[in-house]
Amino acid sequence: MTGAPNPSYDNILEIKNLQTSFFTKDLEVKAVDGVSFNIPKGKVLGVVGESGSGKSITSLSILRLIEEPGKIKGGEILFKGENLLDKSEAQMRKIRGNEISMIFQEPMTSLNPTFTVGQQISESFRIHEGLGKKEAKKKSIEMLKLVGIPSPEKRINQYPFELSGGMRQRVMIAIALACNPDLLIADEPTTALDVTIQAQILDLMKELQEKLDMGILLITHDLGVVAETCDYVAVMYCGKVVEFTDKKTLFTEPKHPYTVGLMQSVPQHDQDVDGDLAVIRGSVPSPADMPQGCRFAPRCPFATDLCRNKLPDLETDEEGNQIRCWIYSDEWDGDPEVNVHEQSKSTS
Amino acid sequence: MNNQKVLLKVDDLKQYFPIKGGFFGRTVNHVKAVDDISFEVYEGETLSIVGESGCGKSTTGRAVLRLDEPTDGKVEFDGTNILELNKKEMNKFRKDMQIIFQDPYASINPRHTVRQILTEAMEIQNAVPKHERNDRVKELMETVGLGAHQIDRHPHEFSGGQRQRIGIARALSVDPKLIIADEAVSALDVSIQAQVINLLKKLQREFKLTYLFISHDLGVVRHISDRIIVMYLGKVVEIADKKSLFTNNMHPYTKALLSAIPSTDLEAKKERITLKGDVPSPIDPPEGCRFHTRCPFATDICRTKVPELRNTEGMKDGHRAACHHMEAIRSGEHQPTVNA
Repeated sequence: MTGAPNPSYDNILEIKNLQTSFFTKDLEVKAVDGVSFNIPKGKVLGVVGESGSGKSITSLSILRLIEEPGKIKGGEILFKGENLLDKSEAQMRKIRGNEISMIFQEPMTSLNPTFTVGQQISESFRIHEGLGKKEAKKKSIEMLKLVGIPSPEKRINQYPFELSGGMRQRVMIAIALACNPDLLIADEPTTALDVTIQAQILDLMKELQEKLDMGILLITHDLGVVAETCDYVAVMYCGKVVEFTDKKTLFTEPKHPYTVGLMQSVPQHDQDVDGDLAVIRGSVPSPADMPQGCRFAPRCPFATDLCRNKLPDLETDEEGNQIRCWIYSDEWDGDPEVNVHEQSKSTS
Repeated sequence: MNNQKVLLKVDDLKQYFPIKGGFFGRTVNHVKAVDDISFEVYEGETLSIVGESGCGKSTTGRAVLRLDEPTDGKVEFDGTNILELNKKEMNKFRKDMQIIFQDPYASINPRHTVRQILTEAMEIQNAVPKHERNDRVKELMETVGLGAHQIDRHPHEFSGGQRQRIGIARALSVDPKLIIADEAVSALDVSIQAQVINLLKKLQREFKLTYLFISHDLGVVRHISDRIIVMYLGKVVEIADKKSLFTNNMHPYTKALLSAIPSTDLEAKKERITLKGDVPSPIDPPEGCRFHTRCPFATDICRTKVPELRNTEGMKDGHRAACHHMEAIRSGEHQPTVNA
């Protein structure tokens, strides 16, 4: 759609050493600090992390939606082989909502309350495809039908407040998919929804992803959602990717102590836990005093002097899985027999 | 379980909120947030109420404390019907019943220091002699895992998990018997959530607390509860001990709710029961069984007759569900009419 012939590419999106910072008077907060990952064509990548890990800022950086005092400081964002950071604002505007779409957590705040659902879906058709009013309306009805909204001819004239939360999220998805994007960024798309509605929306996203063969970047904090929808997973902590693997490896053999801690600390509805839950002690460090070594070292039960003093690199193994942890390097100075799956169960 | 002392007994509780409208601002209709529910909470146990938004679980918690005046019914705390008490008498009971809210930042005064926050309730209740209050505050801080040196800080100087600890400390300050935790860990990041859950369990053991734990997260509920109530649209659809609820559930809604939760167990072969549509409006709830509009097993009787909570063969004592067809569904005799 951009006109120029695309060079061949395997990954719909490749992020290389992305750095996005926010500047205050005397402080630079490195929200995204050297993030790299790929999304192969037609695959779903889950990005997992807690608040402040930089997952949402990463997605906003891809669309170049970072506002003052934030700034993308460096790195590359290759979308279909072309670096988005080299594009002009006018070119970006053509890409947003057309080739890359985004859906947000709260559909009520991202839909315009003063326009009907139909007007909001038609907008993308009219802007990006230059369709006329009538034609856009017809296509909008088709989109609503696609996302499973009953009697779309009626719904199209309704305002967002007349719809339930699940319906609104379906409308958001309809808008996002209107122009057949190659990449969909979904930032906690089901977090605000009830589980029975979440199940409907996840099923819908999976179904449409297969039908339209698009890549999805799914940002979530819910490991269950990851397990059910993603092909690959990137775990983020304090602005860095600490582990990147295919889904199966993540759930059967998580390597990073943070990943392991996350998995053990979430009680599951289909498993019993004896006694106390495993916890990750302490809390996420403040950006103003980020540890100089591994960001996770102060909370890690296995941390050694090496971890506290030197930041590990993101290393790739022969299967393409990536890990940022000294335990798996030749330089490791702790117990060589260390088992990251045995963490302490202290309460404080 | 049955020889335990009943601490809280809720009978036929109704909470209708009026909808004003029309020319004179008359009451035109009601939101039937909680419609005729009964349950008991035993001393020292954790009873959870689960359900989706709008099912009435938080309203139930608030009605029990009379934060909203219930429309009808009885709430007996330690043998006294607290709905008949006047304000002064009620205030005495408030010492024994405390609540922890979801958003600790919205529920503690940002202009007060932790010391002020924690002493306020003791002052109002006159629970602790004046000269001992300072020591008590320090003790509370340590109990919930905060440092005594943080006593003169303001809420904004704490992280979300620490603020929730302050909320817990405030609830504990007057030495209550019952704590209602309304989505108390839902806003916390998972690594912090585990810390707070462990803290709640520790406090329960130490102070013999009784919890009414309101949550939408069935993973947390499975970990923390002794018994569980499932609510749907203002009604109790199933009540059971934890084990029965997760392994021998009877109500189609409970089954659908559990099957909808994404699982991290990649091996588990799950049959997801996808419910059609949305929860109907509580202003005009469906006749008969309120779940019938979304239930794959619904028949004519479900559309007309309200099912009673009952126990049947193969269910443990105290396990009850409100479904006309639960026997036939279990035996496989009654198959889903609409295959979703």
